[in-house]
Amino acid sequence: MTETTIPEYRSSETGTGPVGQPIARVDGPLKVTGRATYAYEHAVNGAAYGYILGAAIAKGRIAEIDSANAEQAPGVLHVMTYRNAPAQPAFGPAVTPTVPEVFTRARPMLNSNRVRFYDEPVALVVAETFEAARAAAGLIRVRYEEERGAFDLPARLAEAYAPRRTNAGFETDSAVGDFDGAFAAAPVTVDATYRTPYEHHNPMEPHATLALWSGDEVTVYTSAQTLANFQAGLASTLGIPRERVRIVSPFIGGGFGSKLIVHADSVLAALAARVLRRPVKVALTRQQMFANAGHRAEMVQQVRLGADRDGRLTSICHDVWSATSGFEEFCEQTAVFGRSLYAAPNRLTRHRLVPVDLNRGEWMRSPGEAPGMLAFESAMDELAEKLGLDPIELRIRNEPTVDPEQGVPFSTRNLVACMQEGARRFGWERRNPSPGRIREGRKLIGYGMAAAIRPNYIGAGTAKVAIDATGRVTARLDMTDIGTGTYTILTQIAAESLGVPIAAIKVELGDSRFPRTAGSGGSWGAASAGSALHHACNALKERIMEAARSSDRSPLRGANDVAPIFVGGEIRVGDRSVSLADLIGRIAPHGMEVTGSVAAARDTESYRTYSQHSYGAHFAEVAVDSDTGEIRMRRMLSVIGAGRILNPKTARSQILGGMTWGIGAALMEETVLDPRYGHFVNHDLAEYHVPVHGDVPEMEVVFLEEYDDKANPLGAKGLGELGVCGAGAAMANAIYNASGVRVREFPITLDKVLPGLPATAI
Amino acid sequence: MQPFTYQRANNVKEAAAAVAANREARFISGGTNLLDLMKLEIERPTHLLDISRLPLDSIEETPEGGLRVGAQVRNSDLAADPRVRSRYPVLSQALLAGASGQIRNKASTAGNLLQRTRCFYFYDRNMPCNKREPGTGCAALEGFNRIHAVLGASEACIAVHPSDMAVAMAALNAEVETTLPDGTIRTMPIGDLHRLPGATPHVETALGHGEMITAVILPPAPPGRQLYRKVRDRASYAFALVSVATVIEKSGDRIRSARIAIGGVAPKPWRPLEAEYVLAGAAAADSAFTEAAESALAGAVGRGGNDFKIPLAKRTLRQTLAAAVEGA
Repeated sequence: MTETTIPEYRSSETGTGPVGQPIARVDGPLKVTGRATYAYEHAVNGAAYGYILGAAIAKGRIAEIDSANAEQAPGVLHVMTYRNAPAQPAFGPAVTPTVPEVFTRARPMLNSNRVRFYDEPVALVVAETFEAARAAAGLIRVRYEEERGAFDLPARLAEAYAPRRTNAGFETDSAVGDFDGAFAAAPVTVDATYRTPYEHHNPMEPHATLALWSGDEVTVYTSAQTLANFQAGLASTLGIPRERVRIVSPFIGGGFGSKLIVHADSVLAALAARVLRRPVKVALTRQQMFANAGHRAEMVQQVRLGADRDGRLTSICHDVWSATSGFEEFCEQTAVFGRSLYAAPNRLTRHRLVPVDLNRGEWMRSPGEAPGMLAFESAMDELAEKLGLDPIELRIRNEPTVDPEQGVPFSTRNLVACMQEGARRFGWERRNPSPGRIREGRKLIGYGMAAAIRPNYIGAGTAKVAIDATGRVTARLDMTDIGTGTYTILTQIAAESLGVPIAAIKVELGDSRFPRTAGSGGSWGAASAGSALHHACNALKERIMEAARSSDRSPLRGANDVAPIFVGGEIRVGDRSVSLADLIGRIAPHGMEVTGSVAAARDTESYRTYSQHSYGAHFAEVAVDSDTGEIRMRRMLSVIGAGRILNPKTARSQILGGMTWGIGAALMEETVLDPRYGHFVNHDLAEYHVPVHGDVPEMEVVFLEEYDDKANPLGAKGLGELGVCGAGAAMANAIYNASGVRVREFPITLDKVLPGLPATAI
Repeated sequence: MQPFTYQRANNVKEAAAAVAANREARFISGGTNLLDLMKLEIERPTHLLDISRLPLDSIEETPEGGLRVGAQVRNSDLAADPRVRSRYPVLSQALLAGASGQIRNKASTAGNLLQRTRCFYFYDRNMPCNKREPGTGCAALEGFNRIHAVLGASEACIAVHPSDMAVAMAALNAEVETTLPDGTIRTMPIGDLHRLPGATPHVETALGHGEMITAVILPPAPPGRQLYRKVRDRASYAFALVSVATVIEKSGDRIRSARIAIGGVAPKPWRPLEAEYVLAGAAAADSAFTEAAESALAGAVGRGGNDFKIPLAKRTLRQTLAAAVEGA
C-alpha cells in the first residue's frame, strides 16, 4: 500500500501536463465506429439465447405452470421454471447484516413459486435464436393464485417504520438542538410537503449477459459498474467460490446505478449455460427493465424551515417517507445532504419507510440528493420569497463556517463563489422577484437557482502498472468506464505521472482478473481509481529509479543526490537525462510491473477531520406558455467547485448529463404505478419521458479553479452526480418565478400548472 | 413475436386479395408501429405482405387542383413536398410535429392513418383491454388515463388515435381512396375512416379485411390561413395531449369560414362542426373564439386523469384560432 505521497514524484499540479487538459475520449473512435464490443455483442460459437417470461401479477403464487407447448416449440432447448431451476441459496433477510453485503448477497432467480412483484421472472426459455425463445415464451401458460398487494405510499404513511440505517450506512435520523421549540418560535416559517415519483434509470444499453462455462468456472460478459461486487454476488447466487467467476465488462452503455448488483440476466444466463453446457445470452427487454433493473422509489418529503426576519435559519427539519420493497429494504439517503448544507442551531432529519409489493429500489444517479434537493431547495426558494430576500442572499446568510452537524472544517467549499459567479454570468439581476412579471409574447419567463452538494468519497482499490522495454505503459484495474470517461482520465493520470505521451499509455479496464477497485458509483470512480493508479505510477518510478541508480547498464548509475524528473519520455537527473524506453531496455529488458493502492476514505484521518463535498450552483431560465402551461427550459448554467478538474471535457459532459437529469426530474420523468395491479403503467420509452434534444437548448458549465489537498493526491473531488443535485429545483423555482404557480408534486407537468394560470386574455 | 411468413406484394389488386384470403395476414409498410406490436404479441399475424415497394409513392396534381398523395409516400417526403408546404402548410406542420426524423423517414401515409392507439393498457397483454381482447374490460377507465379521450369515447374504450397527420387531413377535408379485394376502388371522407369505439372498440376503421388504402386525396387548398398547434409533455418526440388544426378565412373583420380538427382528445381526429358554425360569419374576436371553444368541448367527459384536457383543449383552440386569424 502506497498511502503516503512521495513529494519528489508528485505529479504536476500546474496544468502543464495532460491532467487538466480537455482531451477527447481515448475510447471514442472505438465507440463511434462500432468496434467497442458490448456484453450482448460478444460473439462465441454455439451461443443460445434466453428470453425471460415475467409474472402477470404483483403478489401471490404460481398455482400451475404449463410449459409443454414451449418445450415443443421449434428451436427451443430448455425451459427453466422454479420446478427445475438449479438449487440456489435462499434470498435471505430484507436487511443484510452489513452494508457491503447488499452488493454481494445471493440473488436467486426462479427458486420459488412465490411472486414478489409484477413481471418478476417466472420462466426462462432458451432457444437457438432470440426470436424462437421469445415466441416460445408466449406459449407458456401460468395460473396464479393472486393475493392483494400494497402499493399506495401517501395513504399509508401511518404504517411507516424507521430503518436501522439508510443506504451507504448513514444514520437514519439526525438531531441537533431543539427543532420543535425553535420552529415554533421562528417569526418566518415554511412548512411544505413535496412528492417525488418513481423513476427509472433506463441506460441506453439494457442489462445483458453472455455466460459460458469451462469446467466449473464461468466467464460472464456483462454490463456492470463494480466488477468485484458483481463477481461476489454471482458467486453467492451460484453457490461457487468467487475465484471461479470471471466478470468481463470493458464497455458499458450507461449504468446510473442500475448495474451495481446482479440482475435476472446474469443469474439466468449463468444457470442456463451450466444446465445446457453451452454459452447462453440473456438480455432484459426495455419493458422488462422497469420491474427488473431497479428504480428510484416514490417519496413524500416534508420540509420545515424556521428563520429570523433577517433570513438566518434557526431551525431545519427534513422528513422523508419512502416506499421500499418488503423483501429487500432500500432507504435512499434523501435527507442526508442537508446535514452539511446550511447553518442552523436546531436541526432534524428523519427517514421512514413504507413497504410495498415491488422489486427493490436501487441506487439511481445521485441517490439522496436527486429527490432530496428537489424538495429542500424548492423550500429554500419559498422561504426566500417569504423573507423578501434574494434566494442567493438567503443561502449566503446561512453559509456555515464548519460542517453544521459533524462540527469539523470543510476541506474546500466554494458554494458561495459558485452562486456569485453564476449570478454574474447568468444575468441573475434581470430576474424579477415578483413572479409572473416577465412576458415574451404568449410566454411567461422566469429565473430560478438552487445550490448543489454531493459528498466526496474514496473507495479502496489497487492498480497495476507495467512498462515494457519499448517504454509502453499498460495500466490494469477492474475499474469500469460507464460512459463517464474513465479510460481517458486514467490515461491522462498515468501519462502525466510518468512523463510520457498519451499514446504511450494503454489502460485496460473491466475484467475481474485485474486488481480490485471500487468500480463506478457514488461519483467516486475518478478519485478512487485515479489515486490508486497515481500511487502505482509513483511506485513504478521509484522502482525504475532504484534500478537506474544501481544498475551497471544505467547511465543514471549513482545519481542519488538530485530528485529525478519524468518528463517528455525522459528521466532527467540534474544535467543528465536518458530516454525512458532506452533506460528500461537496459535495466529491465523484460519490463517492470508494480501495483499501487488507495485506502477507503473512511479509514483515513483526513476523511474524519474534514467534511468533504463537491459544490455547485444551478441557474435556469424557463418559459411557461400562458395558454397551455407547457414548460420549456430556455437556458441553464451550472457553476461547479469540485476540486481539480482532471479533464474539463469529460467533466463537462458529466455535469451536462446531470443537468439534463435535473430537467427530466423537474418536468417529465415519472413511472406511474397502478395500485390495482401493482405494475408500472408507462413501462417503455415512448411514454416514460426523458428530455430530448429540443428540451436542452442552451447549457453552460463553468468550473471554478480549485484544488482539494484533503481529498486525495490528485486534488480532485467527485462530480459525476453533482450535476443532478439541485438542478431540478432550479427549474422548479424558475417555473414559479415565471408563472406564480408553485407545484410541489414532481414532475411539474402542464396539467399541474394550468389551473394556476390566469384565464387567457387574447 | 409469433413466427410469420413474409412476401413482397407485386401489385395492389393481388395484395388486397392475398390479405383478404387470410384472416391472419396483415399489410406491412414502414413497420414503425406493427413491428412493435408484433414483438409484444398484441398483433399476431401469421403472414405479412410488404406493400412498401408498390408504386404508390408519388404525389400528383388532381384535375380539380388538389393533390393525390400515394399511400406509400413517406411522412418525411410528404412534409417536405413544396406543393404541400405552400398549399397545405397545416399538413406539413402536423407531420413535422409527429414522431422523430427516423420514424418519419420510414412511416407511410396510409400507415400513419392506420397506426394504433398508444393506450398503456392496450400495450400490456396482462391488462384487460376491450380493444385488444373484446369483452375483457377497459383498464384505463378507472386507471391511469391522463392521455386518454374526452370526446367520442365509450364505456368500453377511451383510447385516443395518436396521429398528427390525420388531424390536419381532417381539417383539409381529405378523402381516402381504397382498393377492395375484388379490385374495385372506393373513396370515403377521412372522417368516415375511423370509427368511434361504442361497444366494439376492436373495430377501428371502416375498412374491410384486405381493403388497402392506395391514396389520400387533398381537395384544392381552401382559402384562408392554416395552422397546426400541438401541445405535448416535451419539446419533441411525444404524442399530443391536445392538438388543433385549423383553416380560417377572414373577410374584413369577420370570419368567413373556419374549419377545426382536434387531436389527442378522441378516438379519431375530431371535427367539431358546431364550433365551425359558431365562427362562420362571426366577428373575429375573443368572444367568438371562446364560444367556439366552449361549443367544441361541450360534450367532453373527463375520466379523472384526463380532466385537464378539457380546459387545455379550450385554451389551445382559442389561442390557435386567434393566432390563425391574426395572420389571415
